[in-house]
Amino acid sequence: MNEMPALKPDLREKITVRVLKFFYGESLALKSINLPLYRNKVTAFIGPSGCGKSTLLRVLNRMYELYPNQRAEGQVLLDGNNILDTDQDLNLLRSRVGMVFQKPTPFPMTIYDNIAFGIKLYENIPKSEMDGRVEKALRGSALWEEVKDKLGASGLSLSGGQQQRLCIARTVAIRPEVILLDEPCSALDPISTAKIEELIDELTEDYTIAIVTHSMQQAARVSAFTAFMYLGELIEFDETSKVFTAPREKRTQDYVTGRFG
Amino acid sequence: MSEALYASRRRSNVIVMGLCYAATAFGLGFLALILGTLFWRGLVGLNLAVFTQMTPPPGSSGGLLNAIMGSLLMTSLGVVIGTPLGMLAGTYMAEYGRHSRLASIVRFINDILLSAPSIVIGLFVYEIMVAPMGHFSAIAGVVALAILVVPVVVRTTEDMLLLVPTSLREAAAALGMPRSHVILRVAFKAARAGLITGVLLAIARVSGETAPLLFTSLNNQFWSSDLNAPMSSLPIVIFQFALSPYADWQQLAWTGALLITVTVLALSIVARWLGTSRTAT
Repeated sequence: MNEMPALKPDLREKITVRVLKFFYGESLALKSINLPLYRNKVTAFIGPSGCGKSTLLRVLNRMYELYPNQRAEGQVLLDGNNILDTDQDLNLLRSRVGMVFQKPTPFPMTIYDNIAFGIKLYENIPKSEMDGRVEKALRGSALWEEVKDKLGASGLSLSGGQQQRLCIARTVAIRPEVILLDEPCSALDPISTAKIEELIDELTEDYTIAIVTHSMQQAARVSAFTAFMYLGELIEFDETSKVFTAPREKRTQDYVTGRFG
Repeated sequence: MSEALYASRRRSNVIVMGLCYAATAFGLGFLALILGTLFWRGLVGLNLAVFTQMTPPPGSSGGLLNAIMGSLLMTSLGVVIGTPLGMLAGTYMAEYGRHSRLASIVRFINDILLSAPSIVIGLFVYEIMVAPMGHFSAIAGVVALAILVVPVVVRTTEDMLLLVPTSLREAAAALGMPRSHVILRVAFKAARAGLITGVLLAIARVSGETAPLLFTSLNNQFWSSDLNAPMSSLPIVIFQFALSPYADWQQLAWTGALLITVTVLALSIVARWLGTSRTAT
């Protein structure tokens, strides 16, 4: 699928991916992807393992730059500016496009510092204001009530689900515009998963979200749009309800109904 | 499964387990014998004079003060010089050079240096420092010890940083953190216990070294804090006194050996404790 679906008038594109190719060394992992991410909407990337959905996500904040021999070609427009340009400041880009990973990755410091650390990278604010920002971030990720009495404890002392919400709080605290979630619930139990999904829903008020998930139910629950990928190609992109109930492509139908994957 | 097969497996299990226990007992037995002898012979001579008096001429009483001070001074200076070098190199290899050819070459050479006989290091420093200067000096001893510290610290720094999960670095980078912050504030913090352990192990390694000092700082019967002059040290004093025919010198050698062993043992225990109990945080 290389043509864009018809735009709806109330949808504005936050990110536009155009003819994106991605290479691991010589091997082509993404074959000419075209895809919009709409402002204040959740877009889910689904597809079998190795289809390139995480790769696509990692292009959106240029995470791949940490590794040699990985490169992207094409355009990824963030508010109209191509973030793949060589003069793009990577740290600035990542402050605008935050990311939460599969495994919770709290830093080896206190809960408070886990949040404050990121803020301090960009802003020099007094302690009292910092306290407020930390609290707001923790409330925003539905963690405040559980940790407010132990902000000085190590972030690693929290449970897996709490750690993941701490990571979301940390990402939200620096006020990005886009949040990328790379299978954020795959290491969590069902209750924590439900909490995170609830949170994702609330976050759409302020953020544009892209989520990679292996769980079709999760994609159906949290996303407004779904992109189905297979072997490095974008097979289908549409509103989630359409992808799951009336997909245009047979391969999409086979995957969402569990016939392969 | 047949009875016979099961019985034969049980038999070989008993035999191999027996061999394992025997080997462990053999190794530990000798260690216990060595430590026991050391404490038995060393404790007798342990008194206040050991820490307050200089090494005596044969036949008179004295202590090990100048040797203890020399060892402390040269070891600490060697560690102070060697640790930053080793940490910088180890950080380069783990953080920047992970995929580079240079790092693997450095790693290979470092491993050679790590296992190089310390007497070779002593001779090397003799050639580059003692010979041109025309005399033995404490500073040459410091350099020799620093050269011994470097490969140990390089190795542990690299190993400990490599243990820090990549996901943590990615998470830090995903916040838009500059590389220097990712390394100093996140990776170093996560690896802190391991890095400290590495330095402690390096101290433990060099504080008992004799050969490199024999060619560099030599010995000094008197109190000296002059880095440009020969300086006494525990290993050299032990070496010299233990080989002497005088009973009081031999006694001081036993006591000195006990001091070094206890210090190294304490350092190793602290390193082990840090390594196990703190890595998790």
